[in-house]
Amino acid sequence: MSEHKQQPDLKQSPEQPARRDFVAKAAAGVATAVIAPGVILHTAAVAAPRTTPVTDIKRWGMLIDTAKCADGCTACVEACEHENGLDLQDEPEGVKPLKWDNQRATWIRKVKIRDNMSGRMTNLPLMCQHCEHPPCVNVCPTGASFKRADGIVMVDRHTCIGCRYCMMACPYKARSFIHEQVVKKLTRAPRGQGCVESCNLCVHRLDNGEENTACAEACQQSGHGAIIFGDLNAPHGPLREALREVDSRQIREDLELNTGVRYAGI
Amino acid sequence: MTETKLTPLWRIAVGISLALLVLVGGGTVHAEAIGGFVVPGSKAATLDQCVEPTSEMRHYHMEYIRHQRNTTVYNGIRHTKFSLSGCVSCHAAHDAQGTPIPINGKGQFCNACHEKAAVTLNCFDCHATVPTGESWNQVMNPPPSTSAQPAASLDRPALDRPALGRELAQVPDMAEQEEFQKR
Repeated sequence: MSEHKQQPDLKQSPEQPARRDFVAKAAAGVATAVIAPGVILHTAAVAAPRTTPVTDIKRWGMLIDTAKCADGCTACVEACEHENGLDLQDEPEGVKPLKWDNQRATWIRKVKIRDNMSGRMTNLPLMCQHCEHPPCVNVCPTGASFKRADGIVMVDRHTCIGCRYCMMACPYKARSFIHEQVVKKLTRAPRGQGCVESCNLCVHRLDNGEENTACAEACQQSGHGAIIFGDLNAPHGPLREALREVDSRQIREDLELNTGVRYAGI
Repeated sequence: MTETKLTPLWRIAVGISLALLVLVGGGTVHAEAIGGFVVPGSKAATLDQCVEPTSEMRHYHMEYIRHQRNTTVYNGIRHTKFSLSGCVSCHAAHDAQGTPIPINGKGQFCNACHEKAAVTLNCFDCHATVPTGESWNQVMNPPPSTSAQPAASLDRPALDRPALGRELAQVPDMAEQEEFQKR
């Protein structure tokens, strides 16, 4: 019975290609309509909160040129801490300073690498790499760790139970756990005890129509310009142009995670 | 004869109606005290009702906020009418100096009802309780005195949960437990 019903669908009737074409054209029309406001926003630089759900038309990413990243400069770290309220964390009483240093939430940190043979030193900022295939999302038992349509890997802290599997799974040590009740928090960056959090590419900025992260902005302002933020899917956007120019790599390429953050000079 | 008998009855009736009036009047005053946390000069003060009719907001605000939170977290849509920061910016009260008072503070907009209904309010474990986006929610201490009372700012039992919750959370001591088990 069901086979019989499916028969007409399998046979390609003369009207069907035309109908399919129409559907395809209609879909293309919708896609351009969705792109158009984005383009207007980009060129006119008008910051307006978005009214439509995020799509996979854009994939946010970064290129970090380690040759331009200066030793001792912490502009990106400070900007991130200020933007996301991380500098408002209070040290609990009776905790050893070193332990607190390791446990306090950090979204971006400066890493120094030394080649043992040549002695060459490289500085780089390390944060969530926003993988296309994020291990943290695979292991999450509640679905709280998720990848947004535009490629941002985030934690839905409403459903996070604080099991910290994602922290174990992350090869980049990018996630932090909030151990204590948080007293001071910003409207744009909620934060609470018992949840895991990490870099979200300043998602509140992106949702409000701004197209730069706090760290990239601070790096440009400090004169180094080592961080370029942009859309990985835009073939002629600033990020893809930069990626075409310089030789870049992913950290732990062997894991085939297709990270959104790429590094040059390592 | 009948008139003299009716007079005390009338007196009783008048007395009862007066007592009822006082009760009803007192009730209205009480209701106004709970619902009167619209910030003067704010957006809420200029409107007849909240984003939905008041009775609907009283019954379904948690549903609205929950839907909004998923829209915001997964779809990146932040500018809709059911945002929690919208509640805070319209309904947070201000003190004489114009400093916003945390909305989950004792007797404030959120806390007043939630304490009465004995419903734990968890939103503000993570979310900011004052409208200023650039600021943080600890506004009980003015800036110069923050260094003087760091312990007081961390110790915040009165602000967070109703007293009942704290009492229930206390574990009875061993002697009490043993006594209970003997029974």
